[in-house]
This record gives sequence, structure tokens and C-alpha cells, in this order.
Amino acid sequence: MIEKALKGNRSYWIWIASLVTLIVAGLSAYSQQRWFGLTVTGMGRDVSWGLYIAQFTFLVGVAASAVMVVLPYYLHHRKEFGKTVIIGEFMAVSATLMSMLFIMADLGRPDRLLNIMLYPSPHSMVFWDMLALSGYLFLNIISGWAILGAERKGVPAASWVKALVYISIPWAFSIHTVTAFLYSGLPGRHLWLTAVLAPRFLASAFAAGTALLILVSLILKRTTGYDSGKEAREKLAVLATYGGIANFFLLGMEFFTAFYSNVPAHMESLQYLYFGLDGHAPLVPLMWFSLIIGLGALLILLVPALKKSTKWLVAACMALVLSIWIDKGVGLVIGGFVPSPQLEIFEYMPTSIEVFVALGIWSLGLLILTILLKVAVAVKMEQES
Amino acid sequence: MMNQQRREFIKKTAFGVLAGFGAASGLVPAFSLEKTILPVWDETPVSGKIRWGMLIDTRKCKKDCQICVTACHHEHNVPHFKTRKDEIKWIWKNSYKNIFPTATDQFVTSDVLNRSFLALCNHCVDAPCTRACPTEATFKRWDGIVAMDYHRCIGCRFCMAACPYGSRSFNWQDPRTAIHDPSLAYPTRQQGVVEKCNFCSDRLVRGLQPACLEACPEQVFTFGDLNDPQSDIRMLLETTVTMQRKPELGTKPSVFYII
Ligand code: SF4
Ligand code: SF4
Repeated sequence: MIEKALKGNRSYWIWIASLVTLIVAGLSAYSQQRWFGLTVTGMGRDVSWGLYIAQFTFLVGVAASAVMVVLPYYLHHRKEFGKTVIIGEFMAVSATLMSMLFIMADLGRPDRLLNIMLYPSPHSMVFWDMLALSGYLFLNIISGWAILGAERKGVPAASWVKALVYISIPWAFSIHTVTAFLYSGLPGRHLWLTAVLAPRFLASAFAAGTALLILVSLILKRTTGYDSGKEAREKLAVLATYGGIANFFLLGMEFFTAFYSNVPAHMESLQYLYFGLDGHAPLVPLMWFSLIIGLGALLILLVPALKKSTKWLVAACMALVLSIWIDKGVGLVIGGFVPSPQLEIFEYMPTSIEVFVALGIWSLGLLILTILLKVAVAVKMEQES
Repeated sequence: MMNQQRREFIKKTAFGVLAGFGAASGLVPAFSLEKTILPVWDETPVSGKIRWGMLIDTRKCKKDCQICVTACHHEHNVPHFKTRKDEIKWIWKNSYKNIFPTATDQFVTSDVLNRSFLALCNHCVDAPCTRACPTEATFKRWDGIVAMDYHRCIGCRFCMAACPYGSRSFNWQDPRTAIHDPSLAYPTRQQGVVEKCNFCSDRLVRGLQPACLEACPEQVFTFGDLNDPQSDIRMLLETTVTMQRKPELGTKPSVFYII
């Protein structure tokens, strides 16, 4: 089937070429990092994780959100999702791969990565996350590919494939829960030390991931003519809205608990992010921007007339994705490290090397997604004609 | 009594020789078997039997003195980077409100506010860092010391996020470029791994007390076995009011402070 990715028009090849260029740029930035060490990034003794771990967290959410189409289609037989399921599954594959690459990029000694498996440590959440992510990758790539292959031959998918799909549903919840456990089990990091972190991760994932899925389905419609259906997109928009509402509700809970209880350690990180702490307020405009566009997006999605218009739908989805990316991909990680355990404030700003490595990984993920979807669309269109 | 203490100390530390022999023999050219006390060979390490601990008398510590810090960092080849971002430290000084951010006192004496307080790894009994480490590169030894295997560490920095005291440093770049006066007593590390205070486990196997304690001219430190009711440190702990850093987190630090 893969040969179908080798046929494309001019803009397809321009797109591929630009992705490859960014991947090469990312590789060259990464080689600097390997040579000189992680000192070339903005991270330091106080803020010891940054852009990479933040992207990892955001992308695990995108991967998990595939369940938003898989679940209604396979468990509730909602036929309207029939043409979207494969997009969700392949998005999950590419997002999981990217999230794993971001972990790799963050390691001081990536050559020793296998130590996680050679010395399995069940007391460490990283061990479980590694199992959960690699399992999820495997489930989605195998089932997605097998179902596509069966469709091409015009036969129903084998029952073992169905079994994999069913397993992937709870598995999707588990990957993001375990990812939240990476953070929420650490004493002394009060922004993360909260029981609602896992639910909030899931809610924001279902909002941002589903919004991204709507955008990808619209891009496919525009570029290839493969329309996964307005009805599916509208249903997805409803799911994204619920996810977004749950996310902002839980954020409100965090604010109430921290500020009403008035416990300094619980307030400090939120103060730093949203109001400034001891005169340090670099992220304040960004965090409010995230809050406002996120709530704005939900407003649009709640007005039926606006939601029906593709323009408004695109704007709302983009705003929701950006809002949650800022919240999870910037605020969550940096805020957890500020103030430091000794109440000191160290400002983190990613360097250009870090940004290029991140762009490289995103491009690689997009390249894989493009190839997978190209094949999927070709098979589906062949079937239709 | 002091002699008895000293002999006890050497006995307790020296049977680590058995375990530490392989590592130490290659690194310490002057290492000689003759220094070993004989009863050592009859004993095998029993997990949890000993728990090394430290008591810091902050009243005696001179504000601008850096003797212990320099001694430790020299002995263990801790690199000296100028920028805060790349900084690596095993023991350092900070003010009261930074070392005890959750201490409840509202009106602290000006004397305490002006003092400087030493910070180092607490060798916690329930250490969050060992729990978080995915490779056992950070692990708890049989004698309570939280140790590091620099050859196993993958540099994920999970332990740094987990430690609620900021005790850990990462080698953001090659540390060897910033070691100006290398010591033969302890190996240097590589780029990309985490490091921290090791409670001088390298010196304990040689029957020596920690480097900071030995260097301090003011007798600020007391080091000993917290599980031994007869040890100096236990007797001091039982007769003096002491404090620990962030006791509310349940990590059970093995470093105590007299304020
Ligand atoms: S002080 Fe920090 S590094 Fe030391 S044992 Fe406790 S948690 Fe681990
Ligand atoms: S950085 Fe090294 S010691 Fe720390 S958690 Fe990771 S593997 Fe363990």
C-alpha cells in the first residue's frame, strides 16, 4: 500500500520537501546539543525541564484523543465517524512517535535509553509510561494498517484486529493518566501535586486533540477532496466543547483550592503564571491570552449558528488548540519549577537550538502523518469510485 | 568515650570496604589493605542496620566561611561553572527563608536571619528521587545513603523534579573543563548525568569522616549512625531541639539542624 505515498501533485511534493528541510535543520541543531550538551538549551539547575517535556505532554494528549472517534464508532456503531476513524488512528500513531522522540531529545544520555527496560523499575512512573506509549503506538499502527488493508481488498477486518481496537480504547485513557502521574506524584512541586491533574490532562487532551482532528479532516478535504463528513465534524466539535468546558472547570478548581485555602506553596506557581511573583511576570500575558482565546473558542462552539459555519469552526478549533498548547506546552512545565524548592526564581527561555530540535520533531511527525494519510485517502477513494 | 566512638565509627564504615573494594581500588592508588580493621571481614552489610546521619549546628557556622564547601567540591571534583544555569553543587549556603521555606515562625530573630545555612542532600529515608528514577541509577544503599551510579544514569532529570530540596545537579556540559585542581580521591563525571552529595561514601569505606566535617574549623558537623542509640549524633538529637527541612513532606531527612 505504501507505494501510494509516492504519487502526488506539485504541492504535495513541496510540502514534503519543506518538512524534510525542517527535519534536517532539527538534526543539525540536535547534533550541536549532543556535542556540547544540554547547556545549549535554556534549561538549567532550577528549571530542569522545558520545551521538550512540555511538547511530550501535549502530544500524549493528542495521541489519546483518537479515542474520541474510535469509541463512538466501534462501541456505539456511530456510522458517521466511519471516514474519520482512520485519521484519528494515524494521528495517534504520529503523535505517540513524536512524544517518544521528545523524551529522547531531552535525555542527557540517549545512548543509555534502553536502561529503562534493562533495569525495569515499577516504582518509577517513567517505566509505566514507556510501556503505555509503546503499547499504544503498536495498537494503533497495527489496527489502522490492517483495517485499511482489509478495506482495500473489500473484506471485513479480521477479528483479532477488532480486539486490538477494543484494547486501544482503555489504553488511550491510560497513556494520559500515566503521563499525569509523572507529575502529580512528586512532593514539593505544588502546581503538579494535585489529584485533578490526570482528569484535567484528559479533558484538555479531548478538547485540543479533537479540535486538531477536525482541522486535519478539513485540510484533507481541501487538499485531496476526501471529505470525512460535515456531520462527523459537528459531532466532534461537540465533544471538543465538552472537553474544553471540563478543562476550564478543573482549572477553576485549582484556583479556588489554592487561593481560598491561602496555603503559600499552593499559590506560588499559579501566582507566577497568572499574576507575577515577586516582580517576575514573564508568562502573565501569555497565560491570559491562552485563557481568553480558550474561553472565546468555547463560546463560538456553543453558538449553533456559528458552529455551522466552517470559517468559525476553523477559528474556534485553532484557538482551542493554541490555548491548550500554551497551557500544557508552556505553563504547566515551567510553572512547576517556579519558584524552585528554595523559593528562588529562575527564568527559562528556550534557545533557538531547542526550538529547531522541536520543529524538527514536529516535522518528522507531520511527515509520517502525511504519508499515512496519503495512503489511507488513496485506498478510501479507490474504494468509493 | 570518644575513642570508643571512633573505633565504632571505623568498624561501621570499614566493612563497606568489601563492597567498595572493586570500585575504590582502581581509583585510590594509595589504598592499602593494612589500614583495614580485622573484625570487618566477619561482618556483612545488613540492609537497614546502619543509617548515617548528620547534625549541623548552625549557631557555630560563620556567615561568610566557605571552607567545607570548598573542601567537598575539591575532594569530589565538583566542577565550578560561573553561570547559575550550569551550576553544580553538592553542598552550599543559603539564607534561613530559602532553606526552611515552610518554617512556621513569623518573627525570626535577627541573628537567625543573618546567619547562613548549609544545604546538602538529606539522604531521605523515603526518598522521592529513588522512587522516580527509572533505571535505579539513584538508589538507597544498605547504610541509608542515597547513592548514584553515574554509569547507569540516562539523564532524564526525573530525580531533579522529584527532589523537594533542590539537592541535585545535572551536567549540562562536560564537567572536566571546569575542574581546575583535580583530585585523585574521586572520579570525575561525564556530560549528561546527574550528581549530588554522596555523604562521602567514598571516604567512609576508607574509615574517614565526611570531607566537610573534617575541613570545618568550628565543629559545626556531627556525623554518625542514627540507628545507634549510643552514637554522638543520637545523644545530641535526644538532648537538643533540632529541625529538618520540609518535614511535612514525609521524606524523613537524615540531615538535622540546630538553630
Ligand atoms: S534530599 Fe533530594 S536528592 Fe537527597 S535523598 Fe532526599 S530527595 Fe533524594
Ligand atoms: S537523571 Fe539519572 S539518576 Fe536521575 S532519574 Fe534519570 S536516570 Fe535516574
